[in-house]
Amino acid sequence: MKMKSLLLAAVVLAGTTALVSAQTLNWARAGDALTLDPHAQNEGPTSALIHQIMEPLLIRDMTGAPVPALATEWGPSESDPNVWWFKLREGVKFHDGAEFDSEDVVFSFNRAMSADSDYKELLASVTEVRADGKYGFEIVTDGPNPIMPSNLTNLFIMDKDWAEANNAVKVQDYEGGEDTFASRNANGTGPYMLVSRETDAKTVLTINEDYWGMGEFPMQVKEIVYTPIQNQATRVAALLSGEVDFIQDVPVQDLARVNDTDGLKVITAPQNRVIFFGMNQGDADLESDNIEGANPLADLRVRQAMNMAINREAIKQVVMRGQSIPAGVAMPPFVNGWTAELDQVPPNDIDAAKALMADAGYGDGFSIRLNCPNDRYINDEAICQAAVGMLAQIGITVQLDALPKAQHFPLINNLETDFYMLGWGVPTYDSEYIFNFLVHSKGEKYGSWNGTRFSDPDLDVTIEALASETDLDKRNQMIADIWAVVQAEQLYIPIHHQVLNWGMADKVGTVVAPDDTPKFKYFELGM
Amino acid sequence: MANALGETFSRAWKSDFMWSFRRTPVAIISFIVALTLILGAVLAPMIAPHNPFDPATLNLMNGFSVPMEPNQFTGETFWLGTDDQGRDVFSTILFGMRVSLFVGFAAVAFAMTLGVTLGLIAGYVGGWIGALIMRIADVQLTFPGILVAMLIFGIAKGFTPIDQRDEMAIWVLIIAIGLSEWVQFARVVRGATMVEKNKEYVQAARLNGRSSAGIMLRHILPNVLGPVLVIATISLALAIIAEATLSFLGVGAPPTQPSLGTLIRIGQGFLFSGEWWIILFPSITLLALALSVNLLGDWLRDVLNPRLR
Repeated sequence: MKMKSLLLAAVVLAGTTALVSAQTLNWARAGDALTLDPHAQNEGPTSALIHQIMEPLLIRDMTGAPVPALATEWGPSESDPNVWWFKLREGVKFHDGAEFDSEDVVFSFNRAMSADSDYKELLASVTEVRADGKYGFEIVTDGPNPIMPSNLTNLFIMDKDWAEANNAVKVQDYEGGEDTFASRNANGTGPYMLVSRETDAKTVLTINEDYWGMGEFPMQVKEIVYTPIQNQATRVAALLSGEVDFIQDVPVQDLARVNDTDGLKVITAPQNRVIFFGMNQGDADLESDNIEGANPLADLRVRQAMNMAINREAIKQVVMRGQSIPAGVAMPPFVNGWTAELDQVPPNDIDAAKALMADAGYGDGFSIRLNCPNDRYINDEAICQAAVGMLAQIGITVQLDALPKAQHFPLINNLETDFYMLGWGVPTYDSEYIFNFLVHSKGEKYGSWNGTRFSDPDLDVTIEALASETDLDKRNQMIADIWAVVQAEQLYIPIHHQVLNWGMADKVGTVVAPDDTPKFKYFELGM
Repeated sequence: MANALGETFSRAWKSDFMWSFRRTPVAIISFIVALTLILGAVLAPMIAPHNPFDPATLNLMNGFSVPMEPNQFTGETFWLGTDDQGRDVFSTILFGMRVSLFVGFAAVAFAMTLGVTLGLIAGYVGGWIGALIMRIADVQLTFPGILVAMLIFGIAKGFTPIDQRDEMAIWVLIIAIGLSEWVQFARVVRGATMVEKNKEYVQAARLNGRSSAGIMLRHILPNVLGPVLVIATISLALAIIAEATLSFLGVGAPPTQPSLGTLIRIGQGFLFSGEWWIILFPSITLLALALSVNLLGDWLRDVLNPRLR
């Protein structure tokens, strides 16, 4: 008897020591999540962090395929073509122990559709969300929406009671500089729980032992320490010295060095993200230029000249050291609607560009300010600097204002920049997502990231109709037609598609996710 | 006329000052180095192969050229290589030094004017005004100068409108560094003034009915200028380094007008990848500039203050 209990104690002890030797993954990238409020900012690093803590109904796994998360099954309703039904996972608990049910889903969807939400474009066609019992949920759209589920992979579910108790029912007004309880704290159902967070310094997550997927996923990472390191050299040094195990953005100039270091590896894959410049073509006069009473960017010829002045091959060869795919359209190749024809890189023809400038009456050029992030995209500031030189060749004097993304993005959202850099990833893998955010006139439901002031009511009608078009051939034709307008109007100046370079210690096992969002529950961690 | 000039020169040459200069190799070398660098900066538009501040003259394909080797795409050769944007490093250093030196000289001039004025008042007038000035100075001395400069820079940046930030940045930098360095001047001038004000010539001037301001400016100031000159020289080296530090941290000179500190910041990103020339040459220039000015200041102190010898 005594022997037995001793043995038992030993087994229990062994069990606990295995738990105590928690495997920590030190994770770094250039910038921090902007907020923890799951609906305040639709931005890559923000949702990447929230993905560890909270879950949507369905997610994309590391290869990009949609798989069940908080919903186990879903499908279009047979009785009503305007309805999608979801069967919710039973027995799931939030980190604070509260039970997850359809009430939370209805609450989160309504929250994501509210005015301050940055996800409302994804749900623009939704007229009603309703519970169907405790574990059933239905989305009603104005017309059938064949691709609704792929809009939901970043749409996180919050706990209704927690939000109400903590005065977080309303979405944080990020652009307005608001700070709420939900922007600094999080209560999700996800595989990891928030332990501590200092914005722009350090965020610690620990494993959620009660996670529903404990047996289903590797879950080998027990603790995550997330440190944003903006400086490229410092970030690489941290990886080389073993201070961090995983960085999402190895600077292109350091790829060879990281690869050649024992114990480290770089894995590379094209990213579902395109980098481009946006221009204020709608206002009658610009604030940041030197032309009084006119807007040079409103002239199509000027926009075309700028497009021609950008030497994408030089940016690829020198700034990106070969690690980019020059683009002719503001849409990554992963997206439905992409064609090689659209993505044909425009010729870099300075003489033709100068002729266009002269035609437009700007033969002597003009000056304008370019707003650029410096901690968001790969070599973002260097690309902008290169563009300054290229535009100078056609007489456009550009003052570059490079700011951290936390200050840069509100300039676009609040229409305070006339010329800006933006990158766009497409989590739905469909053109509609691009149109809803970047092409549709800026308004209540659509166009929140359209900083171009471009507005075409006819085009808006077509864009809105995409959501309920069930005839896929017809829908694809509509997408092609919209792209034809976007290209003809030179709405954006595409630069390139990004290539992802994830650097990590050999013990880390993962593939590169095309959306640049690591989901650590899939990670393996050898010793 | 030429004779008079020659005589002045020969008298100056034979003076104690020049005698000491001729006998101190460190001073001669420092002087030559500093003079070369300053001349290089002043004459940059004439001697630089191209103007790195004019983006229209840049060719991105020239980026990352190795020093003395033809570029792999364009075949052009650059003496000290090029940076990531295809800017010739040699030209960038010459133009960057202009910013560094301008900020340095202007900041010291500002600190000197402020410090000497406050020091004279504190020393001559004394009383609660003097005490107040010196307590402010003491409090400021407890903070590192760079911290004070960053604080001032941050506050000023918050107040300047976004579209004027680039133009204002240089002036803000000058004021920030100047304000962080006035204390040295004030303390020394106050000490010297307190000694001078009790001397007979000052009392004579006072009996003559001269105003306090007149006595301070005409009589005391010339007699306390020696140590001020020494501090000014050493402050110049400090100001250049302070400017480089601020710019290195990304809060100083705007990217469109890179100073030496900005260049080092840019180069730092390429340390691991083997493009050593982007950071090495600006760093060496900064080192040579600060060291030579500092050594000159040391020598000047020795000459002007024989008691130290």
